[in-house]
Amino acid sequence: MMPADFTALLPYLILTGAAVAVLLAITIVRNHRLTAGLTMAGLVLAFAALPIALSAAPRAVTPLVEVDGFTIFFDGLLIAAAFAAAGFSYGYLQRRRIRREEFYLLLLTATLGACILPASVHFASLFLSLELLTVSLYGMIAYLRTELFGIEAAIKYLILASISSAFLLFGAALIYTDRGTLSLSRILLPESAAAGALHPVLMVAGLGMVLVGIGFKLAVVPFHMWIPDIYQGAPAPVSAFLATVSKGAVFAVLIRVFSLYTISSESGMYAVLVVIAAVSMFAGNWLALLQTNIKRLLAYSSIAHFGYLLVALLAAGPNSVTAAALYLAAYFVAILAAFGVIAAVSGSGGEAQELEDYRGLFWRRSWAAFVLTSAMLSLIGIPLTAGFIGKAYLLLAGLGSAVWLLAVVLIVTSAIGLYYYLRVILTMAQQPAAENRPAQPAVLDSRLGNIVLGALALGILWLGVFPAPVIEIIQRTASSVLPF
Amino acid sequence: MILFFLVLWLVPGAFLAWLAGRVRPDLSRWISLFFLAVQTIVLVVLWVENSGVAGPAPQGRWWLEASQPWIPQLGAAFHFGLDGLSLVLCLLTSLLGIFSVAASWKGIQERVGFFHFNVLWVLAALTGIFLALDLLLFYFFWELILIPLYLLIGIWGHENRSYAALKFFIFTQAGGLFLLLATVGLYLVHGNGTGVYTFDYMQLLGTAMPLQTAFWLMLGFALAFAVKLPVVPIHTWLPDAHAEAPTAGSVILAGLVLKAGAYGFLRFLIPLFPGPAHTIAPVAMALGVVGILYGALLAFAQTDLKRMIAYTSVSHMGFVLLGAFAGNAFALQGAVIIILSHGLSTGALFIMAGGLQDRLHTRNLSKMGGLWSVMPKMGGFGLFFALASLGLPGLGNFVGELLVLLGTYQVSVVAAVFATLGFIAAMVYSLWMVQRVFTGNYAGDGKVTDLDSREFVLFAVQALALIILGLYPQPVLDTVRPALANIQSDASVSFRQPASAQSSAIVLAPRDSIDTASIPFGTEGRP
Repeated sequence: MMPADFTALLPYLILTGAAVAVLLAITIVRNHRLTAGLTMAGLVLAFAALPIALSAAPRAVTPLVEVDGFTIFFDGLLIAAAFAAAGFSYGYLQRRRIRREEFYLLLLTATLGACILPASVHFASLFLSLELLTVSLYGMIAYLRTELFGIEAAIKYLILASISSAFLLFGAALIYTDRGTLSLSRILLPESAAAGALHPVLMVAGLGMVLVGIGFKLAVVPFHMWIPDIYQGAPAPVSAFLATVSKGAVFAVLIRVFSLYTISSESGMYAVLVVIAAVSMFAGNWLALLQTNIKRLLAYSSIAHFGYLLVALLAAGPNSVTAAALYLAAYFVAILAAFGVIAAVSGSGGEAQELEDYRGLFWRRSWAAFVLTSAMLSLIGIPLTAGFIGKAYLLLAGLGSAVWLLAVVLIVTSAIGLYYYLRVILTMAQQPAAENRPAQPAVLDSRLGNIVLGALALGILWLGVFPAPVIEIIQRTASSVLPF
Repeated sequence: MILFFLVLWLVPGAFLAWLAGRVRPDLSRWISLFFLAVQTIVLVVLWVENSGVAGPAPQGRWWLEASQPWIPQLGAAFHFGLDGLSLVLCLLTSLLGIFSVAASWKGIQERVGFFHFNVLWVLAALTGIFLALDLLLFYFFWELILIPLYLLIGIWGHENRSYAALKFFIFTQAGGLFLLLATVGLYLVHGNGTGVYTFDYMQLLGTAMPLQTAFWLMLGFALAFAVKLPVVPIHTWLPDAHAEAPTAGSVILAGLVLKAGAYGFLRFLIPLFPGPAHTIAPVAMALGVVGILYGALLAFAQTDLKRMIAYTSVSHMGFVLLGAFAGNAFALQGAVIIILSHGLSTGALFIMAGGLQDRLHTRNLSKMGGLWSVMPKMGGFGLFFALASLGLPGLGNFVGELLVLLGTYQVSVVAAVFATLGFIAAMVYSLWMVQRVFTGNYAGDGKVTDLDSREFVLFAVQALALIILGLYPQPVLDTVRPALANIQSDASVSFRQPASAQSSAIVLAPRDSIDTASIPFGTEGRP
């Protein structure tokens, strides 16, 4: 390997080093603060190494990994999200009487796996990094061993994620049989078809199975059944991690695949994806309408949001990658803030999951309520928040390529979605009802958590009012994959 | 820069008021008043400077214009412009802002700081709506007013507030999303045609496009504006929202938010899509007439005082729609006068309803009656504003409605005839309301107090404004006439061209081909 290869891989090396350092630190002294500090320092260092890696980009390190602007942008997004999740975890775990330190180890390995995903240009690296992410997540979801919901969620996730991995693996194997290559950039090219187009049936089956595998990870309809239970059962910081790092990384893979090929709008694949996008938007919003559990509500809404994101990809126009990256960034900030508030207002007894727990939050804890409100408004796409710019860009990408049907579905389902987001805000603004529920025990504010929440709220507003610099960054980095 | 000041000035005021509310509630009221007063003074100075009274009137289309880059990648900018129409609406905004703060002085006792934060926030966003010359920026402010209004209704509203707040938000936001869709559509059509991707209003004027595309895009705009105005049959959010909102919320909704819809029609829909606007004009005018009569009819049937006033708004806004689409100088000027006078008279009626509710703890008309005997001052003002609402000559509404009818008569005699019936209906419901509330036998325990000095001054100022507007509307008309003439020429230049006309021909057509000076306006309003 050349020195430049190491430069390109520097963020990954730092993440690995941080994981080892945390492991060693735990063996020497068990100290929650130290472990969390090491973890967050590692994440900050990895983030700081991204510009250095960018100087070496674009660079293909072995046939497995391609470090280019696109990779760097998504790595930055994922590392930042992991940092926020770690910040929430500190206060959250501090309130619980368990061994806390190993959690950060899992978080670092999961982040490492997620970060390599956008760089994967080969089924081998794709599968390995995905498994690294998923296996770490099993542990994270079940981390609170005393809580039954967490265990249940972890087992569900274990089974469903294994099945989806199996689908992915089998699909890759079928494609390999047909094409003789596992490189993502070559499997669909006509020349490799000429070399060994023996079984078009194998190819179609293989692609279909890969689609199922990816669909499960993204939780788009009809592969969405698992998501509410997992979001609900997992500890709130882990739900935040799942919603952002895990799904975002897989979506980055999807963007990369889409950027490699032009999918004809007459092909069957395209039709399937259009249906998936439309039904996801509709079902996600529809199912979220009647939820009274805020984590389930966010889970269902995330189905819809990934439907919106698919619109950008299916538009396949000059603005698609920018729109998808911007929307994803906006979604990250908002959903992290939402789960961050859930983590922050949850006492040591149990999580504040029911909407009723949030009644009157405005008057009890104005700060948390303000952050949650701005997160909800951003998810709706109200001006002044990041979501507005994201949604405007999505529409621009969609209409620019004249995918009218999807654009109209996006509009109509967004209008449906208003109801449940607003309900959260209004519940927070209402007077606390006569106490028929035991009041949540007073929760000590975690200073770290509050700082992260403040940064996220600021991010929501800043992206919403002055998005130009971020769009600039996206266009300089993420759009490097752009043969759309 | 002064335009940025106008939009941003209330924002620090909002935060200060919120903070001050934690220390002392009254402080946040005074802070709000201070910021609004400064805003009003600045606007009045701008008016005097630019209206030709002191020094020469400005020559260009805009009195003032300011632009800063916002999202250069999309061609969106912080582009603001002030002309006569914007100015009178901004002035109405800050004046009604003062009235709503003053009207809430006693009524709002909970979370006072946050209340004023929301009031100032919505006023700042409304100012942005009236000044924005960039379509994305306009949409930005258009949606921004929803949140504070939602909170105002949802937190400080009456019994059924959650339902009303939600209904209001969903109706207007759903309309707004179609506005976004159409805005982006227009942006792309213009960009694909000319290679210049921009949201700038002046550049998008006269975009060449097939009539059918223009029609669909226009429909997106129309839907959003029609929900806000509101146009029957998508008005159903209005009675709920108006009735359940606190007094300040009702004043802002009726006095300003509905006007944002009217402004949208005048500033954006008609100039941007002159062809389709001409096509749907008969339908729009018919809906306007239906709104006038239907609103009046339902107002007559209400038992809830605030719901009743809300339905009269539907009726009055019918006149505005009629005027906007009748499209000649009379009708447009009349529409603007109605916008102003309705803002004042209905604002006053809502403040009165709020005052009555504070005293009697009911809005039910059947539980009122004979109040004149216990509060004669309130009765006097009530009669005055009811008369203003029904269009008594000498008061603002009369001038506006007469002008709209004059203009409409030139376009469609039938519409004018039916709209005139609205006058009769207005007389019936207004006087009926006065009868039910103030005359008859007083059944209460006699402990209600008449207007205090705060309320007296408040009503007196509004009454005075209505009288001035009714007796001497000329300064206002002089102010808005050039702006309306521009709108008219944008609309009519394209009428003469076939729909497939070159955009350059439209843009380059000389503005003075319409002789703005010769637009007739007699002395109807003068005594």
